[in-house]
Amino acid sequence: MPFVPHTEEDIRSMLEAIGVDSINDLFDEIPAALRHDLNAEKPLALVPEGLPESEVARLMHGRASEDGSPLCFIGAGAYEHHIPAAVWEITTRGEFYSAYTPYQAEASQGTLQLLYEFQTMMASLTGMDVSNGSLYDGASSLAEAVLMAVRANRKSKSKRILMPRTVHPHYRKTTNTIVKNQGITLEELDYDRETGHINPESLTDEPGDFAALVIPYPNFFGVLEDVDVLTDWAHAHGALVIAVVNPLALGLLKSPAQWGAEGADMVCGEGQPLGVPMASGGPFYGLMCCKQALVRQMPGRIVGRTVDLDGKPGYTLTLQAREQHIRRSKATSNICTNQGLMVTASTIHMALMGAEGLKRVAAQSHANKQDLVEKLTAIDGVQSAFNRPSFHESVIQLELPVTDVLSSLAASNILGGYSLVEDYPELGNAILVCATETKNTTDLDQYAEKLQRIFTTQ
Amino acid sequence: MSNVPAELKYTKSHEWVSVDGDVATVGITDHAQDLLGDMVFIELPDVGTGFSKGDDCAVVESVKAASDVYSPLSGEVVEVNEDLADSPESVNSDSYAAWLFKIKLSDVSELDEMMDAATYSGIAADDSH
Repeated sequence: MPFVPHTEEDIRSMLEAIGVDSINDLFDEIPAALRHDLNAEKPLALVPEGLPESEVARLMHGRASEDGSPLCFIGAGAYEHHIPAAVWEITTRGEFYSAYTPYQAEASQGTLQLLYEFQTMMASLTGMDVSNGSLYDGASSLAEAVLMAVRANRKSKSKRILMPRTVHPHYRKTTNTIVKNQGITLEELDYDRETGHINPESLTDEPGDFAALVIPYPNFFGVLEDVDVLTDWAHAHGALVIAVVNPLALGLLKSPAQWGAEGADMVCGEGQPLGVPMASGGPFYGLMCCKQALVRQMPGRIVGRTVDLDGKPGYTLTLQAREQHIRRSKATSNICTNQGLMVTASTIHMALMGAEGLKRVAAQSHANKQDLVEKLTAIDGVQSAFNRPSFHESVIQLELPVTDVLSSLAASNILGGYSLVEDYPELGNAILVCATETKNTTDLDQYAEKLQRIFTTQ
Repeated sequence: MSNVPAELKYTKSHEWVSVDGDVATVGITDHAQDLLGDMVFIELPDVGTGFSKGDDCAVVESVKAASDVYSPLSGEVVEVNEDLADSPESVNSDSYAAWLFKIKLSDVSELDEMMDAATYSGIAADDSH
């Protein structure tokens, strides 16, 4: 069939059908100041003139240099890790350099094989039976996991989800935005002020029926939740378990498949710590794994390995009956794309690091965080907020206003942490600090000295 | 030409029904399995679920499509064919032996609205052209 653009008559009849006078009327919702009048003499007057490549390069380099190269102790969902030079050298080869799963996917066997390897690595890290080829980011992967749990939990048929406050605040907001119009409610679950984790004792009185319990691991405060007890509690109450993980931490910590008697049912999270640069906040990618029994409820693309007519191995997109091009309005997957390039980098990163490498990075990050917290809390006026073990982040409380302290540190080229004042006002002047393997003793000392100076001069 | 046993009742959407007292056994027809191709997964309803006639109550997934199965009659599911979880392909080999679920009828008179084998054969034949 040839591609034929809409004729004037087509356009008129479509506008008539929906009762609108002109195409411009479709954009009424956009404030006038931001709109271009397509009928004006110069319709794109608000768009600046084009620039030559050299000018654009100069502009962008200038802007990039404004960031400087601060010493970064902020984590809160995006983590600075060393990425071996080979990772992006290989990722940006012409054979791999594409943002998506290709159309006519099976013609790109190399890309499919890479996605298959990615799925295998993710399934090994999480201990789950199946992984998809990735989603957009950590926050939307949690939203997809919640939708999946509500579809899959035929025992409870509930549309309520237990969502701890120890889950990343942005993830909670994103999830709510995506699921609320489908009648799904997120019931907040509070944390213990002493420990920074969900106290399992607070669960026993929880009334009602839930489709799933979300368990962050490590949680937003870096703290390790009591995953075994929480998982068993959820299953005993007919709820599925959604693990939101930092995949790097799983190099060291218990895999979600081993939580409690039966393990978590679904695992989602942010893949950025595995070879993706922070890049001012994106692009990142979301991961999603689950038990075999739930695979037909899983969103996203899944690559399978098969054999061709000659018995030679080949790769193919599989289980496509979940997807919208086949199941239409009843699809369980309404996301037909993935973060191909990020996943390519991540797969190469994991292949280079190996299980042992990931474990060492995780262990070194944890050790550096321990050192950092020790050095910072030695300062008069600085203390640890919680008394439970944490991974590579920790909450510290300051006896000075957070904004003042953070801007003083920033003036010395140190990004001192993530302010918790807005999302967790009950913690007072609290910040979330992070130290990964990229920090050495000099860096930690530099932070401690600057902070000490701030407290002494006040 | 597909197999249409004379003793069964049929729907336009290619389900068959066999009735014993007020319990109906439901499956998909030979013609339906032939159109769908090799079965890979069958999603069955939960025992105890109530359906009205025409509700979608199960899904049959083949290598080329996934289709809803509609409840031919109103009632409550009393049994499902657990064997299909491990051998969905048995629907291809004998779609009249590989039943999907049994439903306790709430209105036996609905049976009168179903098609007999001769009428369904006509529909299935038209469909194939």
